[in-house]
Amino acid sequence: MNTIFSINGPVVKVRDTKDFSMLEMVYVGTKRLIGEVIGITSEETTIQVYESTTGLKPGEPVEGSGMPMSATLGPGILSNIFDGIERPLKQLEEISGAFIAEGASVSALDTVKKYDVTVIALVGERLNGGDIYAVCPETPVIEHRCMLHPNLSGEVVWTAENGKYTINDKIVQIKNDKGEIIDLTLCQKWPIKQSRPFKERLPISKPLITGQRVIDTILPIAKGGTAAVPGGFGTGKTMTQHQLAKWCDADIIVYIGCGERGNEMTQVLEEFSQLVDPRTGKALTDRTVLIANTSNMPVAAREASIYTGITLAEYYRDMGYHIAIMADSTSRWAEALREISGRLEEMPAEEGFPAYLPSRISQFYERAGYVETLNGSEGSVTIIGAVSPQGSDFSEPVTQNTKRFVRCFWALDKSLAYARHYPAINWNDSYSEYMDDLANYYDENVSIDFLKYRQQISNILLEENKLMEIVKLIGSDVLPEDQKLVIEIARVVRVGFLQQNAYHKDDTYVPLEKQFKMMGIILTLYDQCKTIVAEGVPVSTIVATGIFEKVIKMKYDIPNDKPELFRMLTVEIEQQIKKLRTEV
Amino acid sequence: MSLQYVGLSEINGPLVVLDDVDGASYDEVVDIRLSDGSARIGRVVEVSGKKAVLQVFEGTNGLSLKNTKTRFLGKPMEMPLSPEVLGRVFNGAGRPIDGLGEIFAEKTADINGKPLNPVSRSYPRNYIHTGISSIDALMTLIRGQKLPIFSGSGLSHNKLAVQIVRQAKIAEDNGQEFAVVFAAMGVKNDVADYFRRSFEESGVLQKVVMFLNLSNDPIIERILTPRCALTVAEYLAFEKNMHILVILTDMTSYAEAVREFSSSKGEIPGRKGFPGYLYSDLASLYERAGVIKGSDGSVTQIPILTMPNDDITHPVPDLTGYITEGQIVLDRGLDQTGIYPPISVLPSLSRLMKDGIGEGYTRSDHSDVANQLFACYAKVMDARALASVIGEDELSELDKAYMDFGKKFEKYFISQRPDENRSIDETLDLGWNLLSLLPKSALDRVNEKLLDEKYNPHAAELFA
Repeated sequence: MNTIFSINGPVVKVRDTKDFSMLEMVYVGTKRLIGEVIGITSEETTIQVYESTTGLKPGEPVEGSGMPMSATLGPGILSNIFDGIERPLKQLEEISGAFIAEGASVSALDTVKKYDVTVIALVGERLNGGDIYAVCPETPVIEHRCMLHPNLSGEVVWTAENGKYTINDKIVQIKNDKGEIIDLTLCQKWPIKQSRPFKERLPISKPLITGQRVIDTILPIAKGGTAAVPGGFGTGKTMTQHQLAKWCDADIIVYIGCGERGNEMTQVLEEFSQLVDPRTGKALTDRTVLIANTSNMPVAAREASIYTGITLAEYYRDMGYHIAIMADSTSRWAEALREISGRLEEMPAEEGFPAYLPSRISQFYERAGYVETLNGSEGSVTIIGAVSPQGSDFSEPVTQNTKRFVRCFWALDKSLAYARHYPAINWNDSYSEYMDDLANYYDENVSIDFLKYRQQISNILLEENKLMEIVKLIGSDVLPEDQKLVIEIARVVRVGFLQQNAYHKDDTYVPLEKQFKMMGIILTLYDQCKTIVAEGVPVSTIVATGIFEKVIKMKYDIPNDKPELFRMLTVEIEQQIKKLRTEV
Repeated sequence: MSLQYVGLSEINGPLVVLDDVDGASYDEVVDIRLSDGSARIGRVVEVSGKKAVLQVFEGTNGLSLKNTKTRFLGKPMEMPLSPEVLGRVFNGAGRPIDGLGEIFAEKTADINGKPLNPVSRSYPRNYIHTGISSIDALMTLIRGQKLPIFSGSGLSHNKLAVQIVRQAKIAEDNGQEFAVVFAAMGVKNDVADYFRRSFEESGVLQKVVMFLNLSNDPIIERILTPRCALTVAEYLAFEKNMHILVILTDMTSYAEAVREFSSSKGEIPGRKGFPGYLYSDLASLYERAGVIKGSDGSVTQIPILTMPNDDITHPVPDLTGYITEGQIVLDRGLDQTGIYPPISVLPSLSRLMKDGIGEGYTRSDHSDVANQLFACYAKVMDARALASVIGEDELSELDKAYMDFGKKFEKYFISQRPDENRSIDETLDLGWNLLSLLPKSALDRVNEKLLDEKYNPHAAELFA
């Protein structure tokens, strides 16, 4: 029997053994804490333990499980909340009360609940990895499709009748090429650090529509894309992630609370169970899975939480769904890597982070993508990772390395947040590389003018940015009238368009159609004003009519389901301008 | 386990090493007796085969390789608990120092606590009235929240903390008890004394549990102080159903103790020499605030920290801000102009406020007036920046109005007497009246109906 030799925080070492393999899951000590093998030399095997090691002694047994750290995949994942190694927190509460105890052994998925299974596979049919053999409704909105494990294939020799089964009941038997009979249940296991296979990557062509104007219009993200949301504390990272999780048009949301606040996870739990998904009319929890490793939970499990989350996402992708992952925050994950690395006495690179930080970050983001799955359906995984830069300094290693591997960068800005401009995404520092990929979609589904409008809006902001340099030095009074107009219009864009109120019933989610119309109104206003300013009407006179304020308030005044009111607003602008013209 | 080990094999700073130990477990407590009869407490921080590394809380002064007898107690560090702890004073390691004898413990609990299951938490929603306008209106304190005060040396954070303790009251009073757990880490004797006197004067001393680790007390003991305090707080809150306000001061000294301990263990340092796990370490303290389902009590934390050189990007305030649910930032500039409390409104924030204010909690117009005040005060800063370049006279009329608003906002809203307890109605009305100093069109965060109702230029004229 192998026994513990030394203990230092979450790192445990075993001497003189050749029994373990890399990344194997092991049970440590008499309490059977869950751990993972992270280093092997001829003298000693290094294990990181996913639970608190308090009370562990040298000489206690260490037992291998013979398989890598794996996630259990099957119905029962959705609407659930797990810890970093896929233990359901509700069941842990039943076992150990409000405070989490070590060594609690629970099954990841509910083994008692019966699902209404429809068997699809036919006897005599050949199944390959990824083929669907049974389906069952997992929640009112998501059908769970049980797929053959990617590494298996064979001929169906027996199927169960349609009916109610638990996740461990035998549903189908197949005979593989070696003639062995394999039982298939509703669930399967997959190692969390290995990405699930697919047939091929497809080009990115569809946006992930979020209903947030600054994102959908100015800085769009694609289905299968990657985005980073860096920002210091208090700039609204979590708020942005919550808004996206609530409103984006993915089929399934995987929300990973990685080293963040406990109360925030509780908030997500409470809020999502009350909110109704506008597309399905059912609770948002029906399409959401939460993974919570709050900042006071064991640090090694924090590292695992990211991999567990993405493995669950890939599993649903393979069924043909579109998944969005919110990882809040990837910096805590990187810090967990650093902490473990420090305990292993590895040579540190930048700021104490291990030298393999960039490769780990890229491995994570590369698991996103829009793919054709093994069974021929289309699915996608979109990753939106929050980054918490130390001291709000974007030059720190995690932000810099993340920037290299994502194509969408939504930089949150402290000064915008201080002015309570939310979402505090700074339009000058942020970028999205997806606009070209998505151009066709916008042309076909919104309007051929969409991209033109977007460009004009961006130009106004760019121009304002330049003018502000001057205004900061000498004040806005000295600017010529046409530049004053730019400043005023830019204010309309900022306050009326980019700023969005998450607590307003209409403004919290705005369909693309309305976003487009809003841009149209602002540009009409700008064009009309430009003409009369050129004719000598002072900008201050236009401001005094209150027309700018009227346009700013359109986000509240015009409900999402009444786009016809935009017509009336256009008429009002035209009349107002006409009046000014005749007065002068 | 009465086996004693005579002697040590190595002493290095607060760490000692023992060889040939059988059955030492990670994190267990050891009792070290010196040959002169005095006792010290330590903790196992690393075990490797038969070698155990111990951290001695009272420091290693006077220890030699021969003069000690070490006993392993077989359990992690525990704190004796009983309702009698109220009104008592303990040292940083949780031993009574008020001469009233040992605690007759009803139970003991591991001071490290255990992580609270997010499923078992209930989301904090009830606000705590502090009577301080800037806090109540703009960064409302919620029961179960952790809201630190970011301060600097010489600023009035202690005065503010005392005022909060004195005036704090829970919106609905259903006869539940309210108590304070006060943990001083590395503070000066005067400061500890100031708190004790203030608690005494306001008659709350019998409702206060004090943990004192003064600046000349052993540094390693400081690492235990907040843990002991929070263990008591959790016990009173979740087992005795009391509302507990925990004041932890000064978190910067605490973090420095962690750094010192880390470097003596030879760990790889991160930013400014602090260990890479400082975030997890601070989180293991701050996350012990909250409300649990099925218990009527709550733990609310106000950690106080002094930002070295007033630098908010220093690792301690930075990491704290990432864990806590907002922050109250004090500003030296305001303090110098004689404004108390010198709360810098713009960088301050309460994340939990949005769900604990408004109809049913404070007043329906609360979030509107708060948002508008934030937005307008941000404009004041722009106007001031411009005025410092081109002079106040050259400003536009609107910018001049902002300058005027800013001055009066600071004078009448932020500033208040240390014994002034404003009701929430007073505070919010004051906010509206100050906003009325500005032209109506500048108030773009409020819908027109509400604005018509609350906009009151006549009241604004009264501000001199």
